[in-house]
Amino acid sequence: MKPNLLSRRLFLTAGASVTASATLGVASAREVKGGDGDRWLPHQADAPNPLESPDYKFFTTDEVAFVEAATERLIPEDALGPGARACGVPLFIDHQLAGAYGRGGSWYMQGPWDKGEDTQGYQSRMTPSALYRAAIAAIDQHVVASQGGRRFAELSPETQDALLSDLEKGKLDLGGVDAKTFFKMLWLNTKEGMFSDPIYGGNKEMAGWKMLGFPGARYNYLDWVDRHGDRYDQPPVGIRGRPAWDSKG
Amino acid sequence: MAQELTEAGLEVLAIERGSWRETSTDFAPTFIQDELRYRYHGHLFEQTAQETLTFRNTSDQKALPMRRLGSFLPGTGVGGSILHWNGQAWRFLPYDFEIRSQTIARYGEGMVPQDMTLQDWGVTYDELEPYYTRWEDLCGIAGQAGNVKGQKQSGGNPFEGRRSKAYPTPPMKQTYGPTLFAEAAGSMGLHPFPCPSANMSQAYTNPLGVSLAPCTYCGFCEKFGCGNYSKASAQTTILPVLMQKKNFSLRTESEVTAINLDGSRKHATGVSYVDMHGNEYEQPADLVVVCAYITHNVHLLMASGIGTIYDPGTGRGTLGKNYCYQITPSVDVFLGDKILNPFVGAGALGMIVDDWNGDNFDHSGLGFIHGGYIAGYVTTGRPIETELLPEGTPKWGAKWKKAFIGNYLTSMSVSLMGAVMPNAANHLDLDPSYRDVYGRPLMRMTYDFKQNELKMQDFTMAKMVDIAKAMKPREIKKSPRGPHYDIEPYQSTHNTGGAIMGATPQQSLVNRYLQHWDVPNLFVVGASAFPHNSGYNPTGTVSALALWAADAIRNQYLKHTGPLVQT
Repeated sequence: MKPNLLSRRLFLTAGASVTASATLGVASAREVKGGDGDRWLPHQADAPNPLESPDYKFFTTDEVAFVEAATERLIPEDALGPGARACGVPLFIDHQLAGAYGRGGSWYMQGPWDKGEDTQGYQSRMTPSALYRAAIAAIDQHVVASQGGRRFAELSPETQDALLSDLEKGKLDLGGVDAKTFFKMLWLNTKEGMFSDPIYGGNKEMAGWKMLGFPGARYNYLDWVDRHGDRYDQPPVGIRGRPAWDSKG
Repeated sequence: MAQELTEAGLEVLAIERGSWRETSTDFAPTFIQDELRYRYHGHLFEQTAQETLTFRNTSDQKALPMRRLGSFLPGTGVGGSILHWNGQAWRFLPYDFEIRSQTIARYGEGMVPQDMTLQDWGVTYDELEPYYTRWEDLCGIAGQAGNVKGQKQSGGNPFEGRRSKAYPTPPMKQTYGPTLFAEAAGSMGLHPFPCPSANMSQAYTNPLGVSLAPCTYCGFCEKFGCGNYSKASAQTTILPVLMQKKNFSLRTESEVTAINLDGSRKHATGVSYVDMHGNEYEQPADLVVVCAYITHNVHLLMASGIGTIYDPGTGRGTLGKNYCYQITPSVDVFLGDKILNPFVGAGALGMIVDDWNGDNFDHSGLGFIHGGYIAGYVTTGRPIETELLPEGTPKWGAKWKKAFIGNYLTSMSVSLMGAVMPNAANHLDLDPSYRDVYGRPLMRMTYDFKQNELKMQDFTMAKMVDIAKAMKPREIKKSPRGPHYDIEPYQSTHNTGGAIMGATPQQSLVNRYLQHWDVPNLFVVGASAFPHNSGYNPTGTVSALALWAADAIRNQYLKHTGPLVQT
């Protein structure tokens, strides 16, 4: 029996018509928005849409205070350059949690649930957004009880570091939330916010990349292959370019 | 496979779980350099919500689902995992294909422990050689040959098998890091040579008339698609030709859920698949070739009830047997004042020493067999992923920041692509508790590092330390794997076995042509056929085996359908 064939031509026509209607539906390509917290649309070649809103979409005021304080201890401002707060890491994490990442939509989330061995990977029943919500509430509750009514953000940097260290080692009892799992996620998200493309709201003015000497989303280093030992001397660019390319800049 | 079978005049339908993808729209250089989107959010990878497996180290543990990808990153969509690979384009050694006989011939029966289910592949390197060559020509592999028709070539790998011709393009130019590694290795009397690369060293047009462009060393290779047509993939080597053929069709966003057999259980009648709307179809076929990622090849056979699932207790059954992985320790090298610009990189940019791979050295008294290649790669400087820190650096805070910034431009790794031998306890079967979106049991992986690879790691670690020290660094740091395999940190997408090839149906699931022993019109192609995993990246051998099997289908099976090997 001959299979029911979908020809290449039909396939391309179908693809083209979808693209055409999407373009007609909006005033210009620049206004195409990703979903909440997502900067791009799948299978669209449009340049991603940068996060420009300074507004928090997921965290409450208390949660913002915790995340700003905690991420700033993880990557503090010092003589080498700005820290997580100035680089926009808290806003980055907020928009990630408000979007597809926060929902854990691409993860296998069926039970039964079991803590498992250390070698078996992430086994929490919580999505990232639920994990943050529960963990921050539990940490603040613990801090208020043990630090004379003060919250995490009001503590000295040394005390904050000690608490983060306890979190990292799993020494804090956060009720139903695994402290180690939360710390691991917070630390990865902090690094992501510090060093991912500025379209996601972190790495403000590419400060994370500048500190390292990473030139960003460049696409051709052929002239540098032979230059053994020379320091690369071009400024970083993001996916959307850099301020000097802007007509206003 | 489809290219070969359409050339034979067959009407071929490819059914693909993921979506259509092409360079200009799906990995264009206007947005592909996005580490968050591709590396961390896995935009080109399969989603565990759709399909995953359960994992445990040993059979006394409860297997739990891999809820997020970690240790390995299978692709989804047209082009599969060979879209987001690094492009390290290797052949295995002649030793690999006759590993059991050659090991016993050189060292005696006692060299193969009781629990090591080691076997020959049923095919030899010399038989596969023409297919390796065809694959390298198709992909424009850039490299320096070490052995052409038995003649040693200077600057190449002196340990490689005899090749019928040199690589189609010259090796890539090396940056500073790999150059320092090669100088150090050379000064020790080792034999450094450039990694064979599917990142183009120059423009190249393959035998099908498809062109690739020179690599620009952007450093976004593995986990990314190439926006520059510079990395060999289905998209850049075959699809532009295949998609034009009237006797080829591709059905995307359709997932095959079962291979159907007739009442005799010896003949496949076609497959069942589900489209993106959840509609289920039966697709009749005269010939079924399973070409998914290895875990899906094996799972599909299990879900279809074809073959006997391996039982580690009795040793009976061949489906799920000899699951292997690799072991990938490294030594981080902190050079202090030498600027490497690690972001000037390419997936297969590096220098290699093969002196401790395969049986290239005497294993007498070492207590293990095989080995791995030692590499001085500098493939990328992507800043979230590339974090080399000296011994004793805190994991976060001001001291972490200082160490990260201070070493980012001046550090690299010396790494091992370590072979893993099959073990009676490492295997794949079906999970009793967890199910996928179609209600099928998930596949269960039982896997841990065993004595052979842990001893081999200790031995090669000492060699890597020697090379690292010869690079005259400020300091070094050893990063071994184990002692237990951990499914969370990324290691490599080099899973192998479970539907292995071999000389007899007692020891393998498919014959030397990748034809199922029980169902002659069913072929199972992929790294699932490897009876063990070697100390090289698997893609070259996966591809050579596919071309070898396609040739057997064209020139033997189509003339006389039925078993190609008599039992």
